Amino acid sequence: MGGLLFLLAAGFSLIFGLMRIANLTHGGLFMLGAYLGVSVLKVVPNLWLAALAAGIAVAFLGGLLERFILRKLAGNVLSQVLVTLGFAFIIADLCLVVWGGDPIPVPTPSFLQRPVLIAGLAFPAYRLAVVVIAILVGVSLYFLMEKTRLGAMIRAGVDDRDMARAVGIPVSRLFTTVFCLGAALAGAGGVIGGPIMSAYPGLDSDMLPLALIVVILGGVGSLVGAFVGAFITGFVYTFGVARFPDLAYVVLFLPMILVIAFRPKGLFGRFAA
Amino acid sequence: MIRWGVLLAGLLALPFAMGEYYINLTSQIFIFAIFVSSINLLLGYGGLPTLGHASYLGVAAYACALLYLKAGASHFVAALLALLGTTLMAAIFGLIALRAAGLGFLMLTLALSQVLWGTAYRWVAMTDGDNGVRGLTRPAPFGLNLDNATTFYFCALAVAVAAVWLMARFVGSPFGAVLRGTRDQPRRMAALGHHVWLVRWTVFIYAGFWGAVSGLLFVYYHKYIHPVSLSLTNSAEGLLAVIAGGSGTLGGPLLGAAIVMLLKNYVSGYVERWNMLMGIVFVVIVVFMPEGVVPGVQRLWRRFRSTI
Repeated sequence: MGGLLFLLAAGFSLIFGLMRIANLTHGGLFMLGAYLGVSVLKVVPNLWLAALAAGIAVAFLGGLLERFILRKLAGNVLSQVLVTLGFAFIIADLCLVVWGGDPIPVPTPSFLQRPVLIAGLAFPAYRLAVVVIAILVGVSLYFLMEKTRLGAMIRAGVDDRDMARAVGIPVSRLFTTVFCLGAALAGAGGVIGGPIMSAYPGLDSDMLPLALIVVILGGVGSLVGAFVGAFITGFVYTFGVARFPDLAYVVLFLPMILVIAFRPKGLFGRFAA
Repeated sequence: MIRWGVLLAGLLALPFAMGEYYINLTSQIFIFAIFVSSINLLLGYGGLPTLGHASYLGVAAYACALLYLKAGASHFVAALLALLGTTLMAAIFGLIALRAAGLGFLMLTLALSQVLWGTAYRWVAMTDGDNGVRGLTRPAPFGLNLDNATTFYFCALAVAVAAVWLMARFVGSPFGAVLRGTRDQPRRMAALGHHVWLVRWTVFIYAGFWGAVSGLLFVYYHKYIHPVSLSLTNSAEGLLAVIAGGSGTLGGPLLGAAIVMLLKNYVSGYVERWNMLMGIVFVVIVVFMPEGVVPGVQRLWRRFRSTI
């Protein structure tokens, strides 16, 4: 669960950190990815290829959204949020039209179906694989951000957009890149989450608050924050569902209150939202 | 002033000219208008974009229904406790959400309301989950029979007029001027010695109170409450109405409420795609007429005239 949340929240956090856009379509992109994955799996029975395909398709859609709509509203933060909200409704309803209202299960890859024994405890192999994927994605994102030229430019844009622009960094092209990257993570995350969550209408509104809580917890624009926040939220959520199934959502929300009360920037955030 | 008088006279005469369907539809518009106006207090006058206002409508409605049905409280006690409880909740939520401003505020209000929505869905023992709570009857204050559509209409109209008048007094007062100041120039207002946070918290609670009032009317009208009333969709509908009508004006949100409610009723009568239409209307309004439908259409029309 934590790994899955990281895939979702990392993209959200990157977009928010660089562009100051709270992308409320993010839950919708996650759900769209899950459904696209279902369709791809009917043709190509390989989950990882499906995740790749859905990621690319969703990234493409995200790019269009950024280039043709959000770009026009640059500088008006509230309008941008409202447009992403509008698209969240459109995507949710389109998924309902195309894939219907019944939940569609996504099969777990056969070699990951058996539980794995670690130190005498049995773990479902697929969930471990998701954690491994999240760590891999996290590490590659970390290298991308810290060790490459592109990452350095993105970090410069996060810290001071105007200054970055003044020294010749093509901030507007970066915006599109980051938006596509974030959307791709959400879309691929939807497919990878498929065997755990399955694809159902309402998946978007289940995931969006989780992404928000992770980002508020971890701090905006911080990868480490998204990682730590995702695993805290994942643990609390799983624990809450197991112990207090009725009130899982309330339990989920307690760490967020604590962090907001004592550190409004979030655990690893550099600035307040 | 004259315009408001004409509007009121028209609304007073409406039940004698229209059938029961339209009377009920207009009652719903009144209820929604209170809800939308309370969002406008936050967004239009306070510059605080809330995406969780359905919380107050939904919690007041649930509290009233559950207190009446499960705790056996009388109508009066249930309504009073629901109002008090919801306003108190607004005070607590305000403490949390106002740790941030702008987008952070928006995300916090959204997260808080989604928590309530998820709880209403999952806490089946209390809320009966997806089935919703039914069985609440309408009260009979002063011996009025509110089950009659016309009587309920006049009652809803009276509450809506009182609500809009009180909110107008609120934003027209010196405090309202301070509130607009904190929206436009929070730093300068702080430098002038105003307590920006306290001003925002006060308006947050006040808006929560009116959200709760609309929730009470809502649950009395439908005699039923479902988690969907707490959902992001409901908050977004209210926000859409504020923006469609023109935020930061008194009349705009009322017009917006009427537009959204009529659109929703007519569209859901023909197709099931209300959510998609709402999304499209959202995008169109925000991209092409961010100042509201009436000035926006006028501007587009002028541009259209000048091009031909």
